[in-house]
Amino acid sequence: MKLKRGPQHSIYGLMAEFDNPSALVAAARKAREAGYKKMDAYSPYPIEELVEALGQHHDRLSLLVLMGGLLGLGAGLTLEYWAAVIAYPMNVGGRPLASWPAFIPPAFETTILFAALAAVLGMLGLNGLPMPYHPVFNVERFALASRNRFFLCIESRDPLFDREKTVTFLETLEPREVAEVAY
Amino acid sequence: MEPDQTQIEPLTLGEQRRAELVGPGHSFATVTDKISSIVLTRKTTLGFLGAFTVAFGLAMMLFYTLAYVVVVGVGAFGVNVPVGWGFDIINFVWWIGIGHAGTLISAILLLLRQQWRTSINRFAEAMTLFAVACAALYPIMHTGRPWLAIYWLFPYPNTMGLWPQFRSPLIWDVFAVSTYATVSALFWFVGLIPDLATLRDRATARFARFAYGMLAMGWRGSAMHWHRYETASLLLAGLATPLVVSVHTIVSFDFAVSVLPGWHATIFPPYFVAGAIYSGFAMVMTLAIPLRVVYGLEDFITLRHLQNMAKIILATGLIVAYGYMMEAFTAWYSGNEYERFMILNRLKGPYAVMYWALIACNVIAPQILWFGKLRRNVALLFAMSLVVNVGMWLERYVIIVTSLHRDFLPSSWGLYSGSKWDWSMYIGTIGLFLTLLFLFIRFLPMISIFEMRTILPQAEVKEEGQ
Repeated sequence: MKLKRGPQHSIYGLMAEFDNPSALVAAARKAREAGYKKMDAYSPYPIEELVEALGQHHDRLSLLVLMGGLLGLGAGLTLEYWAAVIAYPMNVGGRPLASWPAFIPPAFETTILFAALAAVLGMLGLNGLPMPYHPVFNVERFALASRNRFFLCIESRDPLFDREKTVTFLETLEPREVAEVAY
Repeated sequence: MEPDQTQIEPLTLGEQRRAELVGPGHSFATVTDKISSIVLTRKTTLGFLGAFTVAFGLAMMLFYTLAYVVVVGVGAFGVNVPVGWGFDIINFVWWIGIGHAGTLISAILLLLRQQWRTSINRFAEAMTLFAVACAALYPIMHTGRPWLAIYWLFPYPNTMGLWPQFRSPLIWDVFAVSTYATVSALFWFVGLIPDLATLRDRATARFARFAYGMLAMGWRGSAMHWHRYETASLLLAGLATPLVVSVHTIVSFDFAVSVLPGWHATIFPPYFVAGAIYSGFAMVMTLAIPLRVVYGLEDFITLRHLQNMAKIILATGLIVAYGYMMEAFTAWYSGNEYERFMILNRLKGPYAVMYWALIACNVIAPQILWFGKLRRNVALLFAMSLVVNVGMWLERYVIIVTSLHRDFLPSSWGLYSGSKWDWSMYIGTIGLFLTLLFLFIRFLPMISIFEMRTILPQAEVKEEGQ
């Protein structure tokens, strides 16, 4: 994610704090109905309803994992074929060199290995992690996002964003607190 | 029953069940504070240091043994013709089997939506990782020249143009165990990321904040991040489930693909997988019972968790007992004189004491778990889990040694017993396992904090108009 700086972007956004998941989901829904698009919600545990309330769900992770698995299967079989038939052919009891039933177990393992690596690296990559610094960490109370508080942040990149109006809007959602998020 | 009653019943039951998983009165904050304080603010007690010192001393004994075996050679171990697979393979299978319960809890029970797994999955996964590390040492040392083992085991372009033999179960094993170790480590680390972020946000010491911060990789709990995180966790669980079954299946192929009486049996894969889960759950219990007492975690690891584990131990124990029965039946029914001799030798030969001890430990002892009253007796469960651990070690001893010590040629018959280096390596790996476990408990949250939050009643989103 690129963080744009400019006169109208002197802050990263505005953040409202809630003390329960239902309030956060309701707030996200209302913000979306009000037309805000560039926003994110933060919670101490996964909340299924939240992604849908924010209106962002497309996800390529599953596809990546499938491709990882297929790549692993291909790589495993190719390696075995190449080692057993081309690089180091050895006659074992007159059996064919390309004895594929014996190649299944290692190929199965490489399938799982590549798919699992794709799942983890894909998740981190699509999430843009590792990212040790992020503007939201500038809000002191955001440390509670990993404990018991729920946050909604409307970003200044949003075309509808306006410091005063957005604060007023967030106040209507009955948060515990609204804070400015500095860069 | 009234029709509307049937609709209400499962809900209230579900709520009751949920309430049994966490003690009363807990909130997001108390769960977080309780678990993270074990790492962040709890004083390192003398008891901890004492226990750690013992474990660390045993781990040092392991390293001394490894150095000795490298210098002197595998002759230091008790293996010789005809018993070429001694403690190394017994302990390898024992440790790998123990590891399987961790994956079962974290992957299979996740897919089956068993919420009770939540409080035990983190340290069960850690147990898997450390058990696999201990297991891997054995075959590596057993190669005799571990520094050369890399070209025997791994396919890489070496100057001699040699490649491993992919038709051999031993190479399948290398792929299975190394994949298993990698995927277990990934699964464990991914599970830790949100909790590392919690520790980062709650640590007061500068270095702790930095270290946890780096490990958490900037996790901030964003909605889309959580969404991908959940997808990745589910997919990893889906991948780890066939993986864990394949690993012990392939371990059993090490035996079943050979033509020795007592090993060459089609029942081996399911029988080994059940045995692995059986011994693994026993080890989880051996660890969970002292942990919940010492760290006051009775609210999180409740009696219901222990009871559920006891039921799994009973069920898998019965499968294992069926395996023993079928081994004997097949030997008789096959009409093969070598098979018949093998089983009679097991029952009455020089290792008969071990065979009957294993039957007592693995078949007879777990039958007490049929009774609910005994399943709720924590001290008895702890003793039970130790008995199963011993029984499963004896099982591998009996399988490996009795089939090998009576060769097809009576002139090469012999007896086997572990040398003092075998024993020091075995006890040493227990030391290494406990050392790693102590370090894990001291520096990382032993219960998944964010998953504990999800099972609290207040975690549910109540939408307007519903």
